[in-house]
Amino acid sequence: MAKITLSNLRHSYYPDPKGPDDYALKMIDLDWNDGGAYALLGPSGCGKSTLLNIISGLLVPSEGRILFDDRDVTELPPSQRNIAQVFQFPVIYDTMSVRDNLAFPLRNRGVDEATVSRRVTEIAEMLEVTDILDRKAAALSPDNKQKVSMGRGLVRDDVNVVMFDEPLTVIDPHLKWKLRSKLKELHQRVRATMIYVTHDQTEALTFADQVVVMQEGEIVQIGTPVELFERPAHTFVGHFIGSPGMNILPCETTGGTAMFRGQPVALEGEIVPGDGARTEIGIRPEFVSLADSGIEAVVRKVSDVGRHIVVETLIGEDRVAAIVKDNAPATGETVHLNFRPDRTRLYRDGWLATTAGEAAQ
Amino acid sequence: MKTENQRAWFLVLPVLLLVAFNALIPMMTVVNYSVQETFGDNLFFWEGLGWYEQILRSERFHAALGRQFLFTGLILVIEVPLGIIIALSMPRQGIWVPVCLVLMALPMLIPWNVVGAMWNIFTLPDIGLLGYFLNHTLGINYDMTQDPLAAWITIVTMDVWHWTSLVVLLAYAGLVSIPDAYYQAAKIDGASNWAVFRFIQLPKMKNVLTIAILLRFMDSFNIYTEPFVLTGGGPGNSTTLLSIDLVKMALGQFDLGPAAAMSLIYFAITLGVSWLFYTLMTRDDLN
Repeated sequence: MAKITLSNLRHSYYPDPKGPDDYALKMIDLDWNDGGAYALLGPSGCGKSTLLNIISGLLVPSEGRILFDDRDVTELPPSQRNIAQVFQFPVIYDTMSVRDNLAFPLRNRGVDEATVSRRVTEIAEMLEVTDILDRKAAALSPDNKQKVSMGRGLVRDDVNVVMFDEPLTVIDPHLKWKLRSKLKELHQRVRATMIYVTHDQTEALTFADQVVVMQEGEIVQIGTPVELFERPAHTFVGHFIGSPGMNILPCETTGGTAMFRGQPVALEGEIVPGDGARTEIGIRPEFVSLADSGIEAVVRKVSDVGRHIVVETLIGEDRVAAIVKDNAPATGETVHLNFRPDRTRLYRDGWLATTAGEAAQ
Repeated sequence: MKTENQRAWFLVLPVLLLVAFNALIPMMTVVNYSVQETFGDNLFFWEGLGWYEQILRSERFHAALGRQFLFTGLILVIEVPLGIIIALSMPRQGIWVPVCLVLMALPMLIPWNVVGAMWNIFTLPDIGLLGYFLNHTLGINYDMTQDPLAAWITIVTMDVWHWTSLVVLLAYAGLVSIPDAYYQAAKIDGASNWAVFRFIQLPKMKNVLTIAILLRFMDSFNIYTEPFVLTGGGPGNSTTLLSIDLVKMALGQFDLGPAAAMSLIYFAITLGVSWLFYTLMTRDDLN
């Protein structure tokens, strides 16, 4: 068990990187607290697997250091870091039984057979694979295979961190939910630090206490699922999390007021002064309502998703989605939109540029 | 009511005819010869299983069969591990991959009688590069036309040179199909190199190795051209393998009856061993 510190980490797959574009990871500074449940969320190719492989030791970073507590492990091979990793496709040793698969990491480290057998029994019970312990691993279903590869990670009680690299990719949808809650339960039982890499926001938000959102090799925001949803630090987070994502509308600022299509828009707080060419208003569809007066918009599409109705409208060429409970307008109708001021943010060059209003605090 | 007829069988007729002309009818001719005695002029006398009995009891057949199993056993014991070792040490990516693959494939592209002729000249004691080097530079008395041991070492070495590549290429194909995650997981699990080989690489290569061993068994068990060109079965009978003996009997002595019986026994052994091996190797997969 340990706190993991990533300090001034950069990584490039090129031998001599020239510009920032050559870096798969651009300057990462991050602490993972002992026992936390983290999700690393981002689109494909954002560098999350690179980051994971650096923590596990499969990759040595071009620059920067990794500390487990205060011990520098940057140069240590994976086997000496006491970490566990579960891969996208289940990795099992085909010729061994489930029991031998689970015992493998312990036996490689010369643990005595009594302890091995005790740990394997414990883990098997936790994962509910006790009844298949003596089956050959090759014959298992994908979800059981993935459980076995998780088990190989959890079987060592000195493990510093367990990392999951999109572990539910090959699992049937109806088992995904089950395995996800199993993971959450395991985290509560073993209390090891867990890092869960995914591009699926539902997986990230249900598993993690803290979500780290990455984009193009950079961390754009770290926060609880609620924080990410309510106050995205970057338009990317607003857009990536939520369904549909945050409405991002180009605007101008004059004298501390945001102007959208010539009309002032009330914001959550003061605009933070700064330079930047591009300013945008961000508001989640959940906080856009239809009213008798307000900004005029034309309804483009109405979709009833069951729990609520998503109304997609156009203000000029700008698309704005709104979520309503009932009384959906018809397509083509002209409606008036209201933005809830304490949920309306201003972004400058993509980054949040309003001070939090009292309501949001 | 549904009409049922058997007319679909006509669809397989062309294939049946093709197989009949190139396999079944020639094979039946052999069966025909194996149970009869002939003196030419299309005169045949019924022999029953007499030729089979004669072959199975003949010391000459026993000796040739023993030499055949020794040869096949030796080349398998050398080529399979050697092929795996070479495949393991080949690069997985980069510009050297095609270079290695082409180099590996080269020996297999050379016609078999040319391989025999090459090795014949290569090992001649007075003018061959290897023969001259061994005899005149190292002072080792090496002449495969005189010494049975030298002849055996030469034909086994030649087969290893010619066919190890097949094992290498198949094993390599098995190796490159292993996803990186397996190696990464093994590193994290603290597995030794031996454990990686034993629990990841070998199981993943099992299917291709089964095919490699099967092909090498069948080819080496039926080998004719290369030893025929290289040693002609000598010195004496020391390298007279089954096929060489069969040709001697059929075309040299014109004993068509015994030769036919021998070729069917030969065929049955090849088929039987192959079937047994394949069944044993794939038994686990079926369960």
